[in-house]
Amino acid sequence: MAKPKVATASLAGCFGCHMSILDIDDRILKLAELVEFHKSPINDIKKFSERCLVGIIEGGCCNEENVHVLQDFRKNCDLLISLGDCATMGGLPAMRNHVPLEECLAEAYLHGPTVHNPAKQIPNDPEIPLILDKVYPLHEVVKIDLHLPGCPPPADAIWEVLVALLNNKPIDLKYGLLRYD
Amino acid sequence: MSDFTFTIDGVEVPANKGQTILEAADAAGIYIPRLCWARDLAPGGHCRVCTVLVNGRPQSACTHPAGPKMVVEHDTPEIRAWRKNVVEMLFVEGNHYCMFCEKSGNCELQAMGYRLGITTPKYPYMFPQRAVDATHPDVMVDHNRCIACGRCVRASRDLDGKNVFQFVQRGHHVRVAVNAEGGLGRTNLSAADKAAQLCPVGAILVKRVGYAVPVGRRLYDVKPIGSDIEAKRAATPSGK
Amino acid sequence: MAENLEKVIQEVTARYGKDRTRMMDIVREVQARLGHVSGAAMDLIAREVKSHRVEVEGVVTFYAFYTDRPKGRHVIRVTDCVTARMRHVDEVVAAFEKELGIRVGETTPDGQITLERTSCIGLCDQGPAALIDDVPVTYISSDKVKSLVRVLRETGDAKKLVKTLGEGNNALDLVHSMVINNIRKRGDVIFAPFESGSAIRNAAAVSPAEVIRSVKTARLRGRGGAGFPAGMKGEFARNAAGDRKFLLCNADEGEPGTFKDRVILTEAPDLLFEGMAVAGYAIGATEGILYLRGEYAYLRPYLEHVLEQRRAKKLLGKGIAGKAGFDFDVRIQLGAGAYICGEESGLIRSCEGLRGSPRDRPPFPVERGYLDLPTVVNNVETLCCAARVLEKGAAWFAQIGSEQSSGTKLFSVSGDCRRPGVYELPFGLTVAEFLKEVGGDDAQAVQVGGPSGTCIDRGQFGRKLGFEDLPTGGSMIVIGPQRDILDVAAAFMEFFVEESCGWCAPCRIGNVLIRERLERIRAGKGLPEDLTYLEELCTTVKKTSRCGLGQTSPNPVATTLQNFRKAYEAKLLPARQDGRQPTFDLRAALSEAVRVQGREPVAH
Ligand SMILES: Cc1cc2nc3c(=O)[nH]c(=O)nc-3n(C[C@H](O)[C@H](O)[C@H](O)COP(=O)(O)O)c2cc1C
Ligand code: SF4
Ligand code: SF4
Ligand code: SF4
Ligand code: FES
Repeated sequence: MAKPKVATASLAGCFGCHMSILDIDDRILKLAELVEFHKSPINDIKKFSERCLVGIIEGGCCNEENVHVLQDFRKNCDLLISLGDCATMGGLPAMRNHVPLEECLAEAYLHGPTVHNPAKQIPNDPEIPLILDKVYPLHEVVKIDLHLPGCPPPADAIWEVLVALLNNKPIDLKYGLLRYD
Repeated sequence: MSDFTFTIDGVEVPANKGQTILEAADAAGIYIPRLCWARDLAPGGHCRVCTVLVNGRPQSACTHPAGPKMVVEHDTPEIRAWRKNVVEMLFVEGNHYCMFCEKSGNCELQAMGYRLGITTPKYPYMFPQRAVDATHPDVMVDHNRCIACGRCVRASRDLDGKNVFQFVQRGHHVRVAVNAEGGLGRTNLSAADKAAQLCPVGAILVKRVGYAVPVGRRLYDVKPIGSDIEAKRAATPSGK
Repeated sequence: MAENLEKVIQEVTARYGKDRTRMMDIVREVQARLGHVSGAAMDLIAREVKSHRVEVEGVVTFYAFYTDRPKGRHVIRVTDCVTARMRHVDEVVAAFEKELGIRVGETTPDGQITLERTSCIGLCDQGPAALIDDVPVTYISSDKVKSLVRVLRETGDAKKLVKTLGEGNNALDLVHSMVINNIRKRGDVIFAPFESGSAIRNAAAVSPAEVIRSVKTARLRGRGGAGFPAGMKGEFARNAAGDRKFLLCNADEGEPGTFKDRVILTEAPDLLFEGMAVAGYAIGATEGILYLRGEYAYLRPYLEHVLEQRRAKKLLGKGIAGKAGFDFDVRIQLGAGAYICGEESGLIRSCEGLRGSPRDRPPFPVERGYLDLPTVVNNVETLCCAARVLEKGAAWFAQIGSEQSSGTKLFSVSGDCRRPGVYELPFGLTVAEFLKEVGGDDAQAVQVGGPSGTCIDRGQFGRKLGFEDLPTGGSMIVIGPQRDILDVAAAFMEFFVEESCGWCAPCRIGNVLIRERLERIRAGKGLPEDLTYLEELCTTVKKTSRCGLGQTSPNPVATTLQNFRKAYEAKLLPARQDGRQPTFDLRAALSEAVRVQGREPVAH
């Protein structure tokens, strides 16, 4: 029987959650026995070519591209895991949700205390995805099957969740693995 | 000797006249979740996380007096769900960025989220606009994290005798305000005041003491909130 | 100006004996003289009454009619009540906005007029209505707006807006109001002729305990909604320790669709004050307070006048009816736009000059109420009934109505019916009989007991109005077949979000969340699972909220979900296969960036 496939992506995140996935140490080998990593920054596969059992997503939705990637994941994965605080509640990037986008851009590129931008231009290359009005937690954009918060979530938590999922067992994190920081 | 007994989830609990259900439960080593209650403060009845059924009717355990032969239901799936829902409401009402909050690890709201197994609130985040008051040299108020539990109001009024804090506005606009036009710095609050110490979350913080305890050794890193109370029960021979 | 401020605060606080429990009156008067209660005014008030500035701020910002910011010389408050919405109040508001050149919440640039919306003002049978300053203005249509604004601007006096006078006492000089009573049916208890003093004389002839026994024998139950036996409440207070006790009359009447107490206050204040004196005698209270909702401030001069007359007739004051020791007097406490102050412990707090948040019970007001002393709070109509029981006897009263609901009941009838107004009917009639009476036979639903009550469908029109089946404080809103039931529910949720006191988490936050999800469904973006979400949310709010407001505020949604589920289902999207959230609209989320950056999205 073919191994179940897992895909991962980092949207508006810092890759910290991915580091945490790798942080399961030697168990990563065991994991590699259990599943096959499909589209993921870990192996640089860019496009879905097969259906995946699990999609793991780090980071919230901050721009149009994030939304398209997320929708693509939803389409191609049976189960979506929202991994980490940015994915579950917007995280640090969502701090801009309290400021209108226009002010945000001006602060970031024109007036901020550390800004050096002699051209006084806000980046506006047609290739750059447009920014959303605010940062959205993933479950506000597509249906999410499982949330695992943490900044980043502990490697042990990720491990336990994956093992439970793959074995069709209920998830029961022991104290200390569910955390928001 | 106790004045009378009543039951919580079928367990017989001794109580004295004047004791609340929550106090009697504490003494018996039964932890009823709570957020706005604090020892030494009159109960406020704000958070409703301590809701129990008393003879079938919902009541807040922190305010309701224990009575002889009362039948209290506390740890049922139904009540657990209500509590979880209310705590989730508190999370979406404010802006809780635990990842950089000084209170993280020592925060009662966060610890309650852990204890009740909240991975993410089912309610939409409100992302409200709220202010930070840094006018005081030693204490700051970050309204983003305030859960309107009223501890600071009660502590300042009843323990410090200062009335530095009070609720203003009403409904979902309610917020804690300070007794001066120009912010906390214009009040007579001192960092040693109870009002500056009792905030359950990271809304009132004494400056320059944050992040002192390393991750792993903070209040709720290892054991769930309420474990201290439950430990009492485990220790008494009659408890099980 | 600063000196003037100081002088005003000195005068006002001195008038109320620098008593901080009179904060409601102090704030009202300071605002009347200065237009608003500024931070500087708060500081001075706090200093004079030995309170704290933030306490004063807490009070000023709690009540909708108080303001810490300057407003126009005149304030127009258009009701937002559902019955007004049924009559296109939105067009009226739009007309005001157009005429004044401002939006709701704003003040005209010349500082003359502020436009606001307010919850139900008790004129549902003659709406759309507004309060302009203290003056109720009824039957407003968009074409009348122009002349209203013109007269207000020209005369600077809202009283001049009153062109035609209402019937009965509304036409008295002391009232001078265009409000009409609209009494459609008079019964034997409330609207029958009454001879002042007749109940007091009978009461004074027997012991207080016997007065209570009569009320018990009459099986009188509270008319304010909860239906608590009035005699039992009186007895609790009578038996409570202490010599100083209080009798409070609840004339806050804030439940949308209720206006029967207004009509009693206008047409039968003698009966009411008689009832207060009798109740005071029974429980051993010598002090009474009539808590009059701020919306009814226009009735105050007349009510003060009636009190004066009664004092002159020895029906109030010391040695009432010539009986030594029968002392009782009444003061009027005005509210200031807060529905929660109708809840008895909120009302008590407001009388004490505090924010109107309810208290946890126990202790109950009968043990520890106003100023922490034993206190009975009764509805206006209950006290009128008590007077009639004493006048005509318990047996006479008990034979009216039904087994568990003796006497008559006043119904405030509004909405889609041909004869809105006030009806005094014996308890126990069916909803169908009621609808026939009021000319609402084609109703698809009736909101019984206002938004906090229940919304019933045609299948339940055989049910009986009374405590044994369908209790109601009197609000009866008829909902015609042309209405979208979800619109009605939405208006009610709006009301509760607005009126929650904010003390406790589930009511403060939960009602906002219920409203959000209901709006989602109304916008056609709801999913089947949203109905279960709403049910669970409603249950949590009802079960965990601290007072009656939060314990009933989900009812508009909870009861329609139960009785009109199809109306919800018709608006839902089918279960989605693509897993996308219908509420997320990429175009909308990008529109700000499109505007700011001046280009289109990369991928469409
Ligand atoms: C939110 C809320 C609003 C209320 N408003 C009123 C009101 O306007 N008038 C009233 O008589 N009772 C009102 N009540 C009921 C009162 O708390 C109280 O039960 C009543 O005044 C007692 O009088 P009764 O026994 O004569 O009915 C309200 C209750 C709640 C929870
Ligand atoms: S106050 Fe508590 S819940 Fe809020 S951000 Fe800080 S740690 Fe997290
Ligand atoms: S500041 Fe802290 S103590 Fe005060 S109400 Fe808010 S959460 Fe409670
Ligand atoms: S239920 Fe609502 S109105 Fe009642 S105390 Fe709580 S917040 Fe205030
Ligand atoms: S602890 Fe009881 S209501 Fe908050």
